[in-house]
Amino acid sequence: MPSPGMTEQRSKLRAGFRAGLPFAVAALLVGISFGVLAEPVMGTAAPIVMSVLVFAGSAQFAATAVLGAGGGALAAIVAGILLNARYVAMGIALAPSLRGRALRRAAHGQAMIDASWAMASLGGGRFDPSFMIGATLPSYPAWVAGTALGVFGGELIGDPETLGLDAMFPAFFVALLAGGELRSGRRAVATACIGATIALILVPIAPPGVPVIAASVAALLGLRRASTEEGG
Amino acid sequence: MSAVWITVAVLAVTTAIIRASGPVLVGGRELHPRLFGVIALFAPALLSALVVTETLGRPDGALVVDERAAGVAAAGAAVALRAPIIPVIAIAAAVTAGARALA
Repeated sequence: MPSPGMTEQRSKLRAGFRAGLPFAVAALLVGISFGVLAEPVMGTAAPIVMSVLVFAGSAQFAATAVLGAGGGALAAIVAGILLNARYVAMGIALAPSLRGRALRRAAHGQAMIDASWAMASLGGGRFDPSFMIGATLPSYPAWVAGTALGVFGGELIGDPETLGLDAMFPAFFVALLAGGELRSGRRAVATACIGATIALILVPIAPPGVPVIAASVAALLGLRRASTEEGG
Repeated sequence: MSAVWITVAVLAVTTAIIRASGPVLVGGRELHPRLFGVIALFAPALLSALVVTETLGRPDGALVVDERAAGVAAAGAAVALRAPIIPVIAIAAAVTAGARALA
């Protein structure tokens, strides 16, 4: 007999799963484009193994681009790590909402992908970990299957960019910011503006990945006393 | 081992460590309220930065206003008109795809 807490967790997992389905479609199509791009650089097996073990789109694209341009393993790894480094900040944001031992928390962290992490945010620094895991579940097999499709038959499918999929993710983040994060007070609005400005300044001068990590500095606004602002 | 397989292996390990780092180091204990105040603002800071890099950034580091920006701007207008989230995403993809078809 499951406890009421477990039943609630399961229903959140299911709700997350449903919310994650549209992103699984996107993951499938972007996975195809990764497979198409990676096959000439890495062969047939390595891109699929990479999608199984790494499961981080932007880092995989970046590492593949470096290898394809003739860079060595070290340069490719550095590029991938820089693009993944935002997960350190995202994981710190997620951490206060996680319960249990370190190993269990580490396992929860593996479910972090941008869209699921963002969807699981409840505002005010709280997250729903079960919802996040549910939202990631459909994207993982879709990402791996998409990669395999791209590797073995990509040319038949065409370029997913013509579908405008790359605009989906920033549009989704805009909707989440407007619908949740920015409603938690003026301080959140100010933080978002500073974060966007930091990213805008750094995109042309810093390596990919650095602008987003650097934008987390904007959160230091949280050190100001709450009494100096309303609603913050 | 070739450069490709070294890259795959090292990224597999480092990505898992990176994803585990925040939950392991910060989770499982009470945080000072001021520290929590900072951590609570990570979400708006990171999300707005992702909007900038994924709308205007290119892999080669250039800042460009292209079809994506049109799609995201249309999505922003839909958000302002209180459209639900799935139509907002669909509008972004459709406008971007339409602009690319015309270009």
